[in-house]
Amino acid sequence: MFHFIKLRKIWYIISIAVIIPGIISLFMQGLNLGIDFTGGTIMEVRFDKAMEAQDVRKAVDSVGLEGSKSIQQSGDRNYLIRTRALDQEESDKLFKGMQDKLGKATLLRTDLVGPVMGKELAYKALLALFIASVLMVIYITIRFEFKQGIAAIIALLHDTLLVTGIFSLLQIEVDTAFVAAILTIIGYSINDTIVIFDRIRENLRMRKKGESLEELVNRSIWQTLARSINTVLTVMFVLLAMYFLGGSTIKTFMLAMLIGVASGAYSSIFNASPLWVDLKLLETRKRVQSAKAS
Amino acid sequence: MKWSKVLSLLLIIVLVAAAAVVSVAPVFEQNKTLSKYLPLIKDINLGLDLQGGVHVVFEAHDTPEAKVTPESMQQLKAIIENRVNGLGVSEPIIQLQGDRRLIVELAGIKDPEEAVRTIAKTAYLQFITEDGKTVVTGADLKDAREGKDPNTGQTEVNLTFTPAGTKKFADATAANVQKRIAIVLDNQLLQNPVVNEPIPNGKAVINGYASLDEAHKIAMLLRSGALPVKVTVEEKRSVGPALGADSLAKSQHAGLVGIVAILVFMLVYYRLPGLVANFALIIYSIIVLGVYLGMHVTMTLPGIAGFLLSLGIAVDANVIIFERVKEELRTGKTLRSAIDAGFKRGFTAVFDANATTLITAIVLYFLGTGPIRGFAVTLTIGILASMFTAITMTRWLLQLVAGANITKNPKYFGA
Repeated sequence: MFHFIKLRKIWYIISIAVIIPGIISLFMQGLNLGIDFTGGTIMEVRFDKAMEAQDVRKAVDSVGLEGSKSIQQSGDRNYLIRTRALDQEESDKLFKGMQDKLGKATLLRTDLVGPVMGKELAYKALLALFIASVLMVIYITIRFEFKQGIAAIIALLHDTLLVTGIFSLLQIEVDTAFVAAILTIIGYSINDTIVIFDRIRENLRMRKKGESLEELVNRSIWQTLARSINTVLTVMFVLLAMYFLGGSTIKTFMLAMLIGVASGAYSSIFNASPLWVDLKLLETRKRVQSAKAS
Repeated sequence: MKWSKVLSLLLIIVLVAAAAVVSVAPVFEQNKTLSKYLPLIKDINLGLDLQGGVHVVFEAHDTPEAKVTPESMQQLKAIIENRVNGLGVSEPIIQLQGDRRLIVELAGIKDPEEAVRTIAKTAYLQFITEDGKTVVTGADLKDAREGKDPNTGQTEVNLTFTPAGTKKFADATAANVQKRIAIVLDNQLLQNPVVNEPIPNGKAVINGYASLDEAHKIAMLLRSGALPVKVTVEEKRSVGPALGADSLAKSQHAGLVGIVAILVFMLVYYRLPGLVANFALIIYSIIVLGVYLGMHVTMTLPGIAGFLLSLGIAVDANVIIFERVKEELRTGKTLRSAIDAGFKRGFTAVFDANATTLITAIVLYFLGTGPIRGFAVTLTIGILASMFTAITMTRWLLQLVAGANITKNPKYFGA
């Protein structure tokens, strides 16, 4: 059986190594913000016959709406068309123009977000993340201790950076559902961390004589390991099923959740608990030093 | 074996199985009264992303003619309500948000785009004389009905003016005999007839519609009146019925696969307690279904995801507790006391862990929009129900199984 805490430097290095490419990408190219935050129109269209992307592009261009447009295939007959925010008349014209050029089609969905609304949604998303994080620290401080709250939040930061980093690297479009996924990941990752902290809390109460903090935390992690793995597995079953079978609308949401839940399980064991040990050791060292000084 | 406990166990199994079957399977299709309520699952409201529909946020703007005031917003809401009712949508949501926004949500309509076009029409009707004077407006209308001309069979819209409107119209027609009066709707010329003689009875007819449907729509718009302020669509999420049905079928399929995977895993890994947990999971699902119905929860696609995730959380509560029971068994405790100790010790972890997820779900509910809120709702219900079933149902069932003495071998309890 290996020692989770003694090897903690290795885990820290792994964690930093996996988030660094994402952080660089976030600085270099940022996130691919969807219309939820930038404003714009998305139309998802299903043609009765299979279509070539270039034909769809030609048809869209021929309608003569100014501004940039992007066309993305999402199935052999399905296309996503992104434009600036169109009013009803313009989007009707666009859909009609496509049908005139390319034959009958079904309008699967249209999303329109005005530029003002986009800014509001972005603001609300950041606010939600901030409020949730603060509430977490408060809750953990009340039920456990402040240092554990800090350790848990650092682990959370790791999870959110990993997910946003991967989304930035792959330039997957980010929408309000992504923010909901991040929030759920936060709740979920904290959940994992807390189960371990709960065991540490209990073991501290009945601490064996001469047991070091490292040993105690290591023992707690081992005691909760089966649960940590089993829980991640059961949630993964559901997420994988939804990702592969749940249809296109919910795919990005599920992808973010999959990465986040896996990362959350990892960071609870390999980051949050060892970090707390380090924070604790730092505290004792300081105390010893100040005792020596006086 | 203790037969009384075995019997009560069997009874519970039969009851739960029956409840589960009537919840999801259409077994009483023949029986008219029962099939009205059963299976329960069909009474759950589907959100617009699952049956097609549209979510629109209108924003009112100040214009020189009309400033946005609380009164004009109320008036706007009333008019839009009228128009939505004309569309025949069941349970529409129409609410004001802030000072100048109106949210409209319509689920289960065939053509969501057409619905937006209709409800967002300004519907400003004017009768304009040749010298460009507006003599009568939509505000002077008492009623507008579609119909067919009995002589020609042409589709038409019959207008009736209010008493004041009747007078205005009579004066205007008297002053403009042998001249044209244009009928203009939203700055579009509908007709430009010549006035043959003064019309004192306060009735007018607009004709030239292709179908009775079209005439019905115009009549409905005219009846509901013109929008009192200028509105724009700030946000629109429309889902066609094809995509809605597709999403529903796919997520049901995915959910089923996910659930079966969980059930199999629990059974293989935890054996007898796993079986009990699976059984508790079925009870949990029935309880959650009941809460959805009782609270009139609207099920959205993210809502289904939230429900499935809450299944994971419900299983997790059991996993935490079972792992604990196993540990207690290893210290040499009897089955009974190990179960008690396991639940007692496991619960603080379950509680604290769920509390944090609950916090994020609540934040999401208050700051999320549209279908995302559905996710927050099902997740919240799920967390609360899972805590309840884990500490009451599973515990009680596990004790019952242990007490029934079907097996004494702790191996079956995973030790």
